Amino acid sequence: MYRYDAIDKAFVADRTAEFAGQVARRLSGEITEDQFKPLRLMNGLYLQLHAYMLRVAVPYGTLSPVQLRQLASIARTYDKGYGHFTTRQNIQFHWIKLADTPAILNELAEVEMHALQTSGNCIRNITSDPRAGATAEEVDDPRVWSEVIRQWSAIHPEFSFLPRKFKIAVTAAPKDRTAAKLHDIGLILRRARDGSLGFEVIAGGGMGRTPYVGPTIRQHLPVGSLLSYLEAILRVYNRHGRRDNIYKARIKILVAQLGAEEFARQVEAEWEQIDQPSVDLPDTELARVRGFFDTPAFVSLPPKSEAFEAAKAADPALARFARNNVHPHKQPGYAIVDISLKAPGETPGDATAEQMDVVADLGERYSLGEIRVTHEQNLVLPHVRLDDVAAVFAALKAAGLATANINLVSDIIACPGLDYCALANARAIPIAQDIALKFAEPEKAELIGELKIKISGCINACGHHHVGHIGILGVDKKGEEFYQLTLGGSAAEDAEVGKILGPGLPANKVADAVDQLVDVYLRERKDGERFLDTYRRTGLTPFKEAVYAEAH
Amino acid sequence: MPKLIKLVGQTAEWADDSYLLVADEDPIPGQGDVVLPLARFQAEGGALLDEGRSVGVFLQADQAVEDLAYDLPRLSLVAVNFAKFRDGRGFTSARLLRERFGFGGEIRAVGEVLREQASFFVRCGFDAFEPSDGSTPQEWLAAAHRFRHVYQRAADNRPPAYVERNG
Repeated sequence: MYRYDAIDKAFVADRTAEFAGQVARRLSGEITEDQFKPLRLMNGLYLQLHAYMLRVAVPYGTLSPVQLRQLASIARTYDKGYGHFTTRQNIQFHWIKLADTPAILNELAEVEMHALQTSGNCIRNITSDPRAGATAEEVDDPRVWSEVIRQWSAIHPEFSFLPRKFKIAVTAAPKDRTAAKLHDIGLILRRARDGSLGFEVIAGGGMGRTPYVGPTIRQHLPVGSLLSYLEAILRVYNRHGRRDNIYKARIKILVAQLGAEEFARQVEAEWEQIDQPSVDLPDTELARVRGFFDTPAFVSLPPKSEAFEAAKAADPALARFARNNVHPHKQPGYAIVDISLKAPGETPGDATAEQMDVVADLGERYSLGEIRVTHEQNLVLPHVRLDDVAAVFAALKAAGLATANINLVSDIIACPGLDYCALANARAIPIAQDIALKFAEPEKAELIGELKIKISGCINACGHHHVGHIGILGVDKKGEEFYQLTLGGSAAEDAEVGKILGPGLPANKVADAVDQLVDVYLRERKDGERFLDTYRRTGLTPFKEAVYAEAH
Repeated sequence: MPKLIKLVGQTAEWADDSYLLVADEDPIPGQGDVVLPLARFQAEGGALLDEGRSVGVFLQADQAVEDLAYDLPRLSLVAVNFAKFRDGRGFTSARLLRERFGFGGEIRAVGEVLREQASFFVRCGFDAFEPSDGSTPQEWLAAAHRFRHVYQRAADNRPPAYVERNG
């Protein structure tokens, strides 16, 4: 993992001191809430329905045990004993007192964390692959480039007052676990035929009320030119992005309006004029950052663990966990273990302080000190010996964290919705809970296989409903909550925006409708097809007929 | 009228404003330094410069600095307007003026100009400010230098972290 040096530490300390001063001025009444709002938003502090919410950056989803324990301590001391992991790999605390925020930021700084740029119209926390450094699929470690972008974008003098927020994803595997094509900029690391490392640059993807799968604006950007090219994109956007309408201010609108080709031309023209060597990092600094992500101290192990095989044979629950939550590692004898934060009936993405402590201990003892957060609101132990999976499973089970449902129907993304959020039109969490309980029977969930359900409580789409295999959008119809279903979305390498199934449904019909959709899939599917594949082959009609049959 | 703060070396001071901002509809006074809106400068600025007067341009956020490039060597001041503090286009304008066009005159931040943004202004090349929040030079300077380190090169020539690390 990256470790702060004296410069990084001083930088965060300066920021914390600045915000402490601003909070003091607010509490004393020297500045009004109106004046304070932009200041707190630069520090991840939102005013929600019931309390302040503090969003803490988890840089590209990587956490050390020490950091996770500190988050647990903050949850216990300053919140109601839990935190909420988000679709941007961050963590939110929903019950924060304004007067406590300087102390919280100090405690975060002690473990090299901050809430910088987790809100406001600036470059936000970088999204990356939660399996970075552990999967054999990747051509390079995307965390190196994520950290490079994190530093470059930190309090950027020119790009901190953009037309709108700006999200960047970096991945290096063909299987995209970052939703790169739905970001303002998606960067996909590849090797060219000559072996050189470069980024496919995607710009103008996004969700919200006008979803777009981003177009590729450059096929192969040499990695060393990353920052100057980003500067060119950001400058074109800062100058020409719309500022008259908050809903048309994201870069996706500019790219769509200009067309990808013209946008790319403007970026290239700007890029040519930039003094690139003054922006791009020298190789020595790239090497320094890369050094933090060296291969950890793996030991030589046989590719198969007899102990693990025996334990699976003896315990069907462990076998199920292994099938769904344990994934191949690049190092023989190791595995990537996903920890679901989607126990049926619970709030997706929530973890209690006690659970965070358990995961921190497991990360320390069994995963070479590394823990990851996924954009699907789960956690990952990236480097677990196969020999240890049974012990990890037992510890997770005792903590209520062994739900074996990764990528299954109950592994639902949901935004906080009307239970917390001032923007929401409808609740999202209870809908997720209804569906998860309906499919709580693990045999049935496994029979259904991969099915990504994503729920947003309003059109801002924080729950990524546009790209759910089944997407669910909460809307307000004359004071009543209704839910609009979409089918066929995907946030992965085959990214696509889902299509609306039909008229909205009342809250108590949503889980039934999902059940009906699943029945159609089970009836129609051919060998090996996922829900998404069947939908893509059959189209909307059979699904629509099933859900709206009674209306005819 | 907001008062003018200027950076002088490593400090900031109150400064007298010798320029008169002439709106589109107002007559240009017979003498003294003036700041003109871009279009008016393009129409009438040349004649004033020929008289040997100091002339500045009042640049709106949506006006491209490229349109000024040809005249920059003759300009003593560019006043970049922030109609709203949230509108960050003026930061790009200032950086381009300094870094791309090598403008050495005064770049002044006017409009909704807040102390909390002081470091952004200074880093992008502004050296004069009309704070709209009543900030004093001392407060402005403290805010501008709050961060001991920076991570990028900009118009202020501060060494970024990666240079300091190798220093």
